[in-house]
Amino acid sequence: MPKIKLPTKSPHIDMTPMVDLFSVVLTFLMLTTTMRQQEPAPVDTPYSISEKPTPDFNTLTLLLSKDDKVFINFDNGPDTLLKFRPKILAEMGKRYNIEFTDAELREFEKYPSSMGVPILQMKEFLDAKEAKAKAVFQTGIPCDSLDNQLALWVLFARQVNPNIQACIKGDSKTGFPIVQKVLDIMQDKNVNKFNLITSLEGAKINLEEIQK
Amino acid sequence: MAEIIQEEKGGGKKKAKKHAPHIDMTPMVDLMCLLITFFMLTTAFSKAKVMEINLPEKIKDPTKQEAPRISASRTLNLILGPNDKIYWYPGSVKPEEYNSLPPVTELDYSAEATGVRRMLLERNRALFKKIDEFNQQVISGKLVISQDSVLKSIAQLKKIDDTGPIVLIKAYKKANYGNFVDILDEMNICGIARYTFVPIAWYEERMVENAAGIAPTPTASTK
Repeated sequence: MPKIKLPTKSPHIDMTPMVDLFSVVLTFLMLTTTMRQQEPAPVDTPYSISEKPTPDFNTLTLLLSKDDKVFINFDNGPDTLLKFRPKILAEMGKRYNIEFTDAELREFEKYPSSMGVPILQMKEFLDAKEAKAKAVFQTGIPCDSLDNQLALWVLFARQVNPNIQACIKGDSKTGFPIVQKVLDIMQDKNVNKFNLITSLEGAKINLEEIQK
Repeated sequence: MAEIIQEEKGGGKKKAKKHAPHIDMTPMVDLMCLLITFFMLTTAFSKAKVMEINLPEKIKDPTKQEAPRISASRTLNLILGPNDKIYWYPGSVKPEEYNSLPPVTELDYSAEATGVRRMLLERNRALFKKIDEFNQQVISGKLVISQDSVLKSIAQLKKIDDTGPIVLIKAYKKANYGNFVDILDEMNICGIARYTFVPIAWYEERMVENAAGIAPTPTASTK
């Protein structure tokens, strides 16, 4: 029996629809993306049922890491038009007799994530070019009673921007003493309203079971 | 790869073959795949949420202002203990009881029978039912109002409530931040109208240490 020989054809796949789809997805992702900021310390926020979104501006965020370091962030990076950040740093510099140059103020304004730099090292921190060199200075903001720089940051932030809201972002495993200390410092500066940053989770309540 | 170009076999005469201009899109697709993956991994789709808390103002001059009086029968003291445990006792401890401190009950953060949620809901049943009924009316469409007024109405329900517990939250020093957020979350879940966070007293530290079997710390015993 003669074998039927099928003519071998090159397997052409028309990739046009696939490319179309990919372009759409890519465009969508590129337009909607907000880059996840790399924080100086890894933080797993606790869960809550609250559905209120984090405010985008007028925020003073305190990051409390697992190893009891405090980091501070104003307005989440450069997306502010009123340029509160350089003003706050300038005030802080005046207090500690440090003159910050324009370039340093601009660097402070642009810095995208939280900062935990003692004010005396702030100049070197801002002058450092590479991220690794910068990371060395992130030792947490001093907040003990001898040198309470955190209180001053809070004070000047509120002077420069009276509408600023305090947010606290802590790891679930952060020990309570440091949280208590930070709350005390804030309350000394008359901040009594806090926004605790959490991730969303659902809660189920079984009413019948409770009434048994 | 996706395209194998076959050579034309045959006679010596080669005809200029007409064929559609094929563009090899494989590298483009590769690149797009890469970009899509990158963007998908770096995008933060869900924004972080915030939970509000108002702390009572600090009394800076104790002679001018005295602590608000609250009825002991409605007071619940929740102490956040070590190892994700909560210890609670009702009412308050009077100075003459310092030598024989009242016992505390141990709870955890689960929604089960041993959890704090069950205990709070039992005590806050009247208010919780009201809020729940109100929410049901809104969900089922019997009541058509804006989200803002829903929140306001619930706040009003909480304000006029006079049966629910008054919860005082205190934290033992070995508690963690997650416990703090969890307990505030439970307050929201159970619709507790009146709760606040207050500093822990020395005898409460002692009570937790007794219940959890921790050696008393020197700061607690010197007072």
